[in-house]
Amino acid sequence: MTAILASFDPPYWLSTVIKVLVVGAVVPTTALILGVVFLFKIMSWMQSRLGPQEAGPRGLLQLLADGVKFIQKEDIAPNGADLWVFKAAPLVVLSSTLLLYVALPASAHLVVENLDVGVFYVLAISSLSVIGVLMAGWASANKYSLMGALRAAGQLIAYELPMVLAVMGVVIQAGTLSLNGIVFAQNDGAVFGWTGIGNPYILTQFIGFFIFIAAVQAELTQPPFDMPVAESEIVSGYQVEYTGFRFLIFFLAEFATAFVFAGIAAVMFLGGWAVPWLSANSDWYYVLGPAVLFAKVMLVSFIIFWVRFTYPRLREDQLQSFAWKFLIPLALVNIVVTAVLKVVF
Amino acid sequence: MTAVSDPSSIADLAAEATDTRVNLDFESEGMTLNMGPQHPATHGTLRIVAKLDGEQVISAEPICGYMHRGYEKLVEVRTYPQINALINRIDWLGSFANEVPFILAAEKLMGVEAPPRAQWIRTILFEMSRIANISLFLGDFGLQLGGMTAGFYAFRDREHVLNMIEAATGGRFHPNFDRIGGLKDDLPKGWIADSHVAMDKLLAFCDEMEDLLVGNEIFQTRTRGIGVIPAEIALSYGLSGANLRASGVDWDLRRDGCPPGLVYDQADWKVWTHPDGDCFARTWVRLQETREAAKIVKQLLDTIPAGPVMAKVPRIIKVPEGEAYVATENPLGEMGYYVVSKGDLVPFRVKIRSASFNNISIVPWVARGAYVPDLISILGSLYFILGDIDR
Repeated sequence: MTAILASFDPPYWLSTVIKVLVVGAVVPTTALILGVVFLFKIMSWMQSRLGPQEAGPRGLLQLLADGVKFIQKEDIAPNGADLWVFKAAPLVVLSSTLLLYVALPASAHLVVENLDVGVFYVLAISSLSVIGVLMAGWASANKYSLMGALRAAGQLIAYELPMVLAVMGVVIQAGTLSLNGIVFAQNDGAVFGWTGIGNPYILTQFIGFFIFIAAVQAELTQPPFDMPVAESEIVSGYQVEYTGFRFLIFFLAEFATAFVFAGIAAVMFLGGWAVPWLSANSDWYYVLGPAVLFAKVMLVSFIIFWVRFTYPRLREDQLQSFAWKFLIPLALVNIVVTAVLKVVF
Repeated sequence: MTAVSDPSSIADLAAEATDTRVNLDFESEGMTLNMGPQHPATHGTLRIVAKLDGEQVISAEPICGYMHRGYEKLVEVRTYPQINALINRIDWLGSFANEVPFILAAEKLMGVEAPPRAQWIRTILFEMSRIANISLFLGDFGLQLGGMTAGFYAFRDREHVLNMIEAATGGRFHPNFDRIGGLKDDLPKGWIADSHVAMDKLLAFCDEMEDLLVGNEIFQTRTRGIGVIPAEIALSYGLSGANLRASGVDWDLRRDGCPPGLVYDQADWKVWTHPDGDCFARTWVRLQETREAAKIVKQLLDTIPAGPVMAKVPRIIKVPEGEAYVATENPLGEMGYYVVSKGDLVPFRVKIRSASFNNISIVPWVARGAYVPDLISILGSLYFILGDIDR
């Protein structure tokens, strides 16, 4: 089985079709999985309530039922809306998510495009979604939307820099910008000469991991950094005028982005699709890789959503001072220390 | 220049600075944001018209009346026992507490007094409705600041006290249990032991809330130093209840002017105040009050005297001519009924002094210079119930 997969070398047109189909299938599936597991099940477990019970076994199909409901709904646009921009905005947000999946490796070869500058690409593409958010906020002709969009734009500056600086430590340690290269480096690594668990970078880059998760939380607009969509202040911000499947696209993009960021965190800090006791060059990773990555993604997602369900919301200016006065200096110190240690050892 | 350390002067200076900047420095067109009547942070149908400069609030004006039900007029055509069922709906989270001051005013006019056992049970149920009200506040305030889980924990543990109220009165939200001259019924069997257990659970809930929410750093960042109300301003706007005590004014109607018919002097308890006057202080005082209320209930449960729960009153209640004002310390603050009787089956005029109406009157003062998220903190911590504003 693995040998067949390893020798599978389709022509360009076929591989392109397969890649498009896979990304098109994976994005909604991952969003559904995260939505059901965390938003419904884990959240209701943490809040001592039952959660959905009726649709499907143990209510597991509730999100599917919700999706069908959203598709059935009327497509409403406000009177004063800038129609083209209003309708394009969710697609811009979703396309940013789709492009993120391009670089996420599920094994050495199971990746849509194995980019040499994967880290750089991911960080650049992830900020595209803010353009969609700004479009949505501006075109909705709603004051709450506008405030939400402007908050999102302000937030971008605050968290994008710590995020970039946080992964620099990993890049320095691995010596490569390629996401697969980082996985290989962790798999081949050793902790003080002991190769038992390789060298997952969370051991050395725990500060980077903390900053990265904090920045991801802001990128996903989840508490404590959910000011752009704060329900109790600006009533879901830029999403307020969206109904039906346009809202569904926002929802899909949010959870699919959560999945892909958890995946990137897993790749950069937890060893990605590889397990320490099996060499990363093994053919077994054609089937094992996605499963290992999925398990690690669920672990990181649990942390992300645990924080989401627990903490209250900061204020926009408090996020700025948190980012500029705490996260960025911390990340810079982390880079300096990593660089020095890299040279010393 | 002297250093400003007093939080109230800081708030004053910030507000003045806003005024100056808006009037002189540059002409910004600003934006009028209409929050409500349908807005998640307004507990119903309060409308706030806020003039903004960026995210800063230049002026905020609360507009109430969207839920006006005309209770003061409705009670003029209802007999005293009928009124009791109506006024349950004023502060719907602590319903029993609404009945008590009205019944006490009627008792004062008629010159009857409830038997001791009825007075004890009245006080216990009064404090239980305070817990039912304020425990929800603690969760709801967390919800408004974005901490979803606190809200669900509050709903879960509020159930314990609602179950006890239901067991005693038959009504979860609207007991309609108080009568002129006593109570409708005696307590059911085993109620006292069950209530002890429920109060212990509520005390545990308070500890949990302190860990989860009030002790949380983000919560404190969002509430400390926000919406500072100095004591003299609070007094001049007629604030009452926890909002006043959070500004450092040691005044509680349960201790300073408890009307006859409630037995707070029989329990050992404390009035909590906080010197800061900010959103955090208001939350903290309410948290302590919930604990105190549970302690009062536990003490009174142990000392309930035996005897009847109803005094001798005529079957058809006619209140003699006269006027009476009775106010009690309700969960939201001072609540009073001014009852004018012409010796009829129905009162001639009833003026309801509800706490929330006065409490939100300070919003224009305190919201000046705050940010939009702070406006939510301020509204949440002032804690109003729409039914209590509009009546």
